[in-house]
Amino acid sequence: MTALITSVCAAAIVYAVSVLYAAVGEIFSQRAGIMNLGVEGVMLMGAVSGFLTAYYTNSKMLALLAAIVTGALLGLIYAFLTVTLQADQTVCGMAFLTFGSGLSGFIGKNVTGIASPVKFDKIALPLLSQIPFIGDVLFHQNLLVYLMYLIIPLSMFYIYRTRPGMILRSLGENPAALDTAGINVFALRYAYVIFGCSMIAVSGVCISLAYTNFWNEGMTGGKGWIAFSLVAFSEWNPTKAALGALLFGGISIVGMNMQIYLPGVPSQVYSALPYLATVAAFILSTGSFRKKHTEEPAALCCSYDRESR
Amino acid sequence: MENAVLLEMKGITKRFGKTNANDHICLRLHKGEIHALLGENGAGKSTLMNILAGIYRPDSGQILANGERVEIKSPRHAADIGIGMVHQHFQLISTLSVAENVYLSMGRTDFVINKAAMEKTIRNYSEKFGLPVDPAAKIWQLSVGEQQRVEIMKLLCRDCKILILDEPSAVLTPQEAREMFKTLRNMADEGKSVIVISHKMNEVMENADRITVLKGGKIADEMPAAEATVDRLTRAVVGSRTLAETVRRESEKGGKPLLSIENLCAGNDKGLIALHDLSVELREGEIFAIAGVAGSGQRELAETLAGMRKVVSGKITLHGKEITKTNVRQRISLGISFIPEDRLQMGLVAQMNMQQNAVLKDFREPAYSRWGVLKKAAIRTAAENYVKDYDIKNGGMELPVGLMSGGNQQKLLVAREIHGNPSLIIAAYPVRGLDIGAAGEINRILLEQKERGACILLISEELDEIFRMADRIGVLCGGRLMGVRENGKTDYEEIGRLMSGEAV
Amino acid sequence: MGLANIRLERKQVASLGRRILNSVLFVLLGFAFSGIFIAALGFNPFTVYAKMISYSFLNLRGIRGSIMAGLPLMLCGLSVSAAFKMNLNNIGAEGQYAVGALMGGAFALYGPALPLPLRMAVMFLLCALGGALWAMIAAVLKAYWNVNETIITLMLNYIALLLMDYLCYGPWMAKRQTTPISEKIPQELYLPYLGNSGINAGIVIAVVLAVLLYLFFQYTTVGFQVQVNKYSLRSAQYAGINVRRNILIILGLSGAIAGLAGFVQITGVVHRVQAQLPGGSGYTGIVIAYLSQFHPLAVILVSILLGGLNNSCSAVQIMGVPSQIAAMIQGCIMIFVIAGEFFNRYRLVLKKPDTTAAGQAEAVESKGGVGL
Repeated sequence: MTALITSVCAAAIVYAVSVLYAAVGEIFSQRAGIMNLGVEGVMLMGAVSGFLTAYYTNSKMLALLAAIVTGALLGLIYAFLTVTLQADQTVCGMAFLTFGSGLSGFIGKNVTGIASPVKFDKIALPLLSQIPFIGDVLFHQNLLVYLMYLIIPLSMFYIYRTRPGMILRSLGENPAALDTAGINVFALRYAYVIFGCSMIAVSGVCISLAYTNFWNEGMTGGKGWIAFSLVAFSEWNPTKAALGALLFGGISIVGMNMQIYLPGVPSQVYSALPYLATVAAFILSTGSFRKKHTEEPAALCCSYDRESR
Repeated sequence: MENAVLLEMKGITKRFGKTNANDHICLRLHKGEIHALLGENGAGKSTLMNILAGIYRPDSGQILANGERVEIKSPRHAADIGIGMVHQHFQLISTLSVAENVYLSMGRTDFVINKAAMEKTIRNYSEKFGLPVDPAAKIWQLSVGEQQRVEIMKLLCRDCKILILDEPSAVLTPQEAREMFKTLRNMADEGKSVIVISHKMNEVMENADRITVLKGGKIADEMPAAEATVDRLTRAVVGSRTLAETVRRESEKGGKPLLSIENLCAGNDKGLIALHDLSVELREGEIFAIAGVAGSGQRELAETLAGMRKVVSGKITLHGKEITKTNVRQRISLGISFIPEDRLQMGLVAQMNMQQNAVLKDFREPAYSRWGVLKKAAIRTAAENYVKDYDIKNGGMELPVGLMSGGNQQKLLVAREIHGNPSLIIAAYPVRGLDIGAAGEINRILLEQKERGACILLISEELDEIFRMADRIGVLCGGRLMGVRENGKTDYEEIGRLMSGEAV
Repeated sequence: MGLANIRLERKQVASLGRRILNSVLFVLLGFAFSGIFIAALGFNPFTVYAKMISYSFLNLRGIRGSIMAGLPLMLCGLSVSAAFKMNLNNIGAEGQYAVGALMGGAFALYGPALPLPLRMAVMFLLCALGGALWAMIAAVLKAYWNVNETIITLMLNYIALLLMDYLCYGPWMAKRQTTPISEKIPQELYLPYLGNSGINAGIVIAVVLAVLLYLFFQYTTVGFQVQVNKYSLRSAQYAGINVRRNILIILGLSGAIAGLAGFVQITGVVHRVQAQLPGGSGYTGIVIAYLSQFHPLAVILVSILLGGLNNSCSAVQIMGVPSQIAAMIQGCIMIFVIAGEFFNRYRLVLKKPDTTAAGQAEAVESKGGVGL
């Protein structure tokens, strides 16, 4: 029984991390005032570019790098559309959803269903992994999980304790004020959108090279949307996003395991659990029956145009 | 003996589409002076100053700082040269504290923030400049006057030598305004130069050293304040136009009671109570003005009466019938009309054309639709009638109203709202942003409506306008009605004290 | 010089002709961009495109196929367009299609054998009702609690498809079948073909719906309210328009139209319920709606083009080109059309050299150090 609990908890963490990269990326992007609804598309592009690189080069580090670069390129396009051309961010998000899922399916066709020679395997951290239970759950994980252990506190520190973080918080709140203060709103928004998309792409790698080592068309299966709804759920705070992701991870993994114990219930019910949980979380965190978040960036989704203020 | 010329603008021209916002403007600013830029709305004052502040780039012309040619590329660049501007809409980040806001604008390069040290620095500055404000307070917790101080402090901390203030007294009570000008005078005495944009002649004559008058994007006159007279300024601001004088006639005492508000409480958009226990009775055939600094609950009052906001507690009665729980549509048919402050975000739909806007409220009437199908011809006729009756220049019936001039937009809005002889007209800032001609026209229409017997609830921040138009004046402060005074039995001083919340 | 002399100028209104020209230009650019990826996989984009076009549009059979493939897309495109007329992002056409198909399918498979016209009508209405109900979930949440409809409609897609999976793999699965498909529906419920054109009567439904939608938005008071709502929520509240009711009407209508895609597909083409029946039509509907600028009549044309694009994959699949090429091209086109929208609002203007040009050239660029 303990073995089962350990494995469920460990798996929940892996699941959580695979949406957390995207959620943290989206938090930065939204804090800068740009909403990226195309998370799912970017994630798929990250997954496929990482997988292809791993497949052809046998190097997982190169794969990670390739995904980051892919994400950055997509971020550049996204920023160009939303910041420079001031296009509607919802529409752009949908375009990225279509573009990302179409293109990833296209370029990944030839490697569909083939195992990658390398993947992010579990590494037991010396000493720490010896701690009973906790060691097995927390310190017997893959590299991407360990990186996330660092990213959460670092991003918290960056957002709330540093000067660039203060600027980031203002960027989504009142870009005009920053502009008058002589801060380059356009460049910063570009930077954060690009950073956000790179992080989202890393989420894709988590799915195609850590969670499994296969590529399948549309394999993210809605995780991009889960990450997106985590952002509002977490009130734009990385730590709360991590807790939320663990909750989602727990629900999904428990669901999968339940299948073994309650085979009478159709498997689709378990598959639907994360989606139902997302809907519930999204309603609870954004419904107007609750007070408006003070943390919600006031200028979210508003493109900034110096001459039309 | 004049001080050195600090800054010179030569032949500045800026076009927006086909209109010349600034047409070959020349301006000279001396060290240690308060220079007023006077002119009516749309004269190009703000555009000119935005060019100086690096927000707009001029189409042609030169700017010389200390005799050297500069091209101001951005607000930051302007600050580097020593020019800073306090905009009419404050450029503050409401979720950050005072200290954080000032810090942000200082262009420092430290990475990690030490909150205590930061607040201490800002407190020192605050004392040094005589601008009292709590550095730890969040901006949204501050009054408008305090926010203005933060804005001025931002400029001083960046060591700006030229301070530009866009309509700084608009958001203040008369007493606060006096205090602010005293602060500005101190700064000028210390060698800074101040440019104040204003449209109030008295204020400019009292406080400035030099006055430049803009009209239609051109310089109409320029003089030392000592040589300015109301006559000369009026001629420069208005030009050769003869204005329809708005003459208010005393309303008959004791018109019949129309609307009574009892112990009204209502919330704002954040869900906090914005109107506290408000009671007042309005009569037929009077203009009842609401005075108060911005954000004292005016918007909430207007929207609550129009039915757009839920009443938390209290009672509203119209013609003796309770209407507290009725919705917007019912109130429209009961004869409550509403000229809102956001002309293009609420009163009109900017992207829709004149015809559609003309029937924005009436489209369900049998005259304009039957069985849910619009009668396009009737709608067109209605719009054409407005154009004819109110002399609206619209550039075509199909053009989105957002592309019409502000004056014509307001005429359309007012025409629609007084159509059908409403018994109560809520007019929020009806002449804000209009040129003098259009403003006079709107005021004339409102006075006509009053003569007809309608009651007008006039919301305004301009005491001049209120004293010119109103029969009675109610003063709002912090969502409370501080008092009601008869026009003619009160003065600026008293109203000003009520506006700042002092019990009189 | 160079770039510095180009300036952007805001345009007031772009004429219809210009906008169409603009869209066509950027669609072509989208194709060019997709060409890069096709070339990257080692194919000649020109050959690929030529093959695709000739397969789908240069012969009668191809055109017939394009229209048939475009039929469910039309309904999904109309559904997305209708919602967007009120700025509602219904990206759940996929799920509404599925639920519509399930409700109609349940009646066709297990419902009473009513007399024919009635039976057809009931099935039609049930499909519409299914789609409407599914959209209503998001509509109620939006209307009463202001929950963003984008996320909800999207998540409901996954849930609807899982429901469809469950039924087709489980209780509805045809006997002696290993694939997730139901039994065939009764033959009376098959949609008739229009003469010997090889096109079924579904196209009539779609075209009539498009025309009705156009008239609805143009000439009715509800259409007027929807337009006010789209541009300004606060104006709508100010004018006493019941925003809540409009959200429910429009999202319900949008869902019902998507549900009808299930009707035409079941009765006209597959004649049974099967898992993954929508097959991405709902998402393609989003692309169609944007390409046609939400104009119902344009949706008809664009759907046929994209239907043809989808069909033409099989022509190039023989060459080894992945069938996902259609989805990829759609994505590229959509991005380019969005970028192109910018040029409906702005135009590039060459700065006229003004009188002080000489002085400007000589002007010492301030390095910010001048100070006062």
